[in-house]
Amino acid sequence: MIKFSERQLKTPKLLRPVYLVTAGQSKFGRAMPEKKTEELCIDAFTMAAGLIDKTPAELKSYIHSAYYGHFADHFGDQLLGEAVIHDRLGLDPLGNIGVKTGGATGGSTLWEGVKAVASGYSDCVLAMGWERMDEVPTDEGNHLISCAADKDWETPLGHIYTGYYAVMAQKYWQVFGKEEESFRRTLAEISVKHHGYARFNPFAHAPMKITVDDVLKSPIVAYPLRALDCCLMSVGAACAVICDEDTAIELTKDTKNKPLRIWVAAGSHTLRPACRRDMEIPLLPHETPDQYADLGERFPGGERYPGFTGFLAARMAAYYGYRMTGITDPVEDLDVIELHDAFTISDVQTYEDIGLRPYGYGRDYVESGDCYHTNPHTGEPGRLPSNLSGGLIGCMHAVGATGIMQVFEIAAHIWNRWAEIHGDPNLWKQFDREKPNDWTDLQVKGAKRALSISHAGVGSHVTATILMDPDHLPKEDA
Amino acid sequence: MSIYGTVQVKDGKYRIKGDFHNITPNMPIRKADEGWRLVGVTNPRDMIYIHSYGGEAVFFESLSKGKIHASRCDNPDCEFKGSIFLPFRIHCPDCLGRNTVIDHTDICRNTARVHTFMVCERSGAFNTLDKPIKFVNVEFDGVCTILMSYLSIGEPRIGMRVIPIFRTISPTYTITDLSWVPEGTPAGDLPEGFTFG
Repeated sequence: MIKFSERQLKTPKLLRPVYLVTAGQSKFGRAMPEKKTEELCIDAFTMAAGLIDKTPAELKSYIHSAYYGHFADHFGDQLLGEAVIHDRLGLDPLGNIGVKTGGATGGSTLWEGVKAVASGYSDCVLAMGWERMDEVPTDEGNHLISCAADKDWETPLGHIYTGYYAVMAQKYWQVFGKEEESFRRTLAEISVKHHGYARFNPFAHAPMKITVDDVLKSPIVAYPLRALDCCLMSVGAACAVICDEDTAIELTKDTKNKPLRIWVAAGSHTLRPACRRDMEIPLLPHETPDQYADLGERFPGGERYPGFTGFLAARMAAYYGYRMTGITDPVEDLDVIELHDAFTISDVQTYEDIGLRPYGYGRDYVESGDCYHTNPHTGEPGRLPSNLSGGLIGCMHAVGATGIMQVFEIAAHIWNRWAEIHGDPNLWKQFDREKPNDWTDLQVKGAKRALSISHAGVGSHVTATILMDPDHLPKEDA
Repeated sequence: MSIYGTVQVKDGKYRIKGDFHNITPNMPIRKADEGWRLVGVTNPRDMIYIHSYGGEAVFFESLSKGKIHASRCDNPDCEFKGSIFLPFRIHCPDCLGRNTVIDHTDICRNTARVHTFMVCERSGAFNTLDKPIKFVNVEFDGVCTILMSYLSIGEPRIGMRVIPIFRTISPTYTITDLSWVPEGTPAGDLPEGFTFG
């Protein structure tokens, strides 16, 4: 579809306010031969209960239905894995459902949970996601992931998802990046930032103290992308508990967690990038109709939208999400974000899709220092810090859990509990990881509003999850 | 003795013959640095799927004959009547009417150019293409979509004019039967099994 009706562009509305009350996650790593998936899920759930001073049994007594995100049945050779986890969590005979939208599975799982509460079907739900990608050899794993492309038109071409994705990266690199060495270094800077922030995150799979040159010297995967430009393949689980207002107040009474308003909006686009037809750019609230009229003149080759350089699904998730919540300008209105940095270049593409910068100018979000916890140019707080968890490049990409991990992270900032959780020496010890001597508190001071973007494949599904302190909403009727 | 699994359709049903799976034993996974205690087992899975191309079958059959078929919406009531799709779409995504199958070989031959590309050094299991794989997304005059394929000869670049080649000898009846070479490539340089159609 390349034209939309007014009905299709209606701003989504929840029938009642919905709240995030707690969240939890397991350790993330490349392989966890010592643990079954159910153990990871129970680790995440137990943590979520602990953050609101409840036992797992106490928290379970509030849950009315459950939403499970698990992308790849064939990785685990287990269909109906949701039923296994639901049973092991001791939640039978409550209703539950599995959600699968590729890399956006975590965000989509939250989307379903939020709608269940908003509709009144449930007053309290569990959204749990997991993945384990360690139970097949890497080349078979690459084949299984390539099955998320079109099986007749794309998968036989190499059985390697990177190839289907990287053609978009190449186009962006040439059109908007103009193949500039300075842009390539900016991409590398993203990897340095995300691996670096992961050093302060005990959950993270790939903490690294590296330099731009280390990234530029890492092995080529698909030029210009190198190994350190790419996200991880991880094992782990994450969960969130979502409630109506009364339940949220009851569950968080006398705890450190303030109930946070939560919204999730979603967009989609064709599984095959080949089928992206030319269309007008849907505009975000702070953009103007004439803004992109000469985009093709400024960036020859960039006249086609979304072409191979933008993600329409991300644009639409932001389009709906900002209007639902009253966000006008995301850089001004938000305090911290987590983006789906599958590759350094797609991180930059997403800056433009969600309006952090206009199309063509995403690199400025990094080069200005706005994306950092502390702006390296000024020493002042970054204007809108992103991926302080380390993101998919430094923290994890356990697909079904990723979108929920992001929400755990941004919630920790609004709860003002980031340092308490990530600096806890017992957690580092429990995960058999060494807390670095230069561990740094990345709490975003005074954070009240946050966003996370969960993204599938070449942009087939994207969700925008927005969290806000209920006393700091940009519009009263959000 | 095992034989490849084969399938025919007769009387509207799949008729299968041969071996569709091979059974190999589970093997224990043990922890080498902790007294070889048991951690898990391998679960061998070697199986053949049966898959229908449905309304797209004509496209894959035509590749083996050196032809590229596209599809076109001819529904007079469709706002986007006349849209031509390659990749082939059975139905128009706008009106959902059934598209007309059209032979687009000459248009492809005369107007194909590289929209974007990627040289990929790695592949997944079951890959049959030579590495590095030179992915090309090819655009054509008058076609509203951009076909993904691969370049068999030369180095890709954006805007490069390319010509289709077809695996007409021992075709696989998959999308890998279609590939591209730079304009001006002599027939003698084509990969084994491929012709200009």
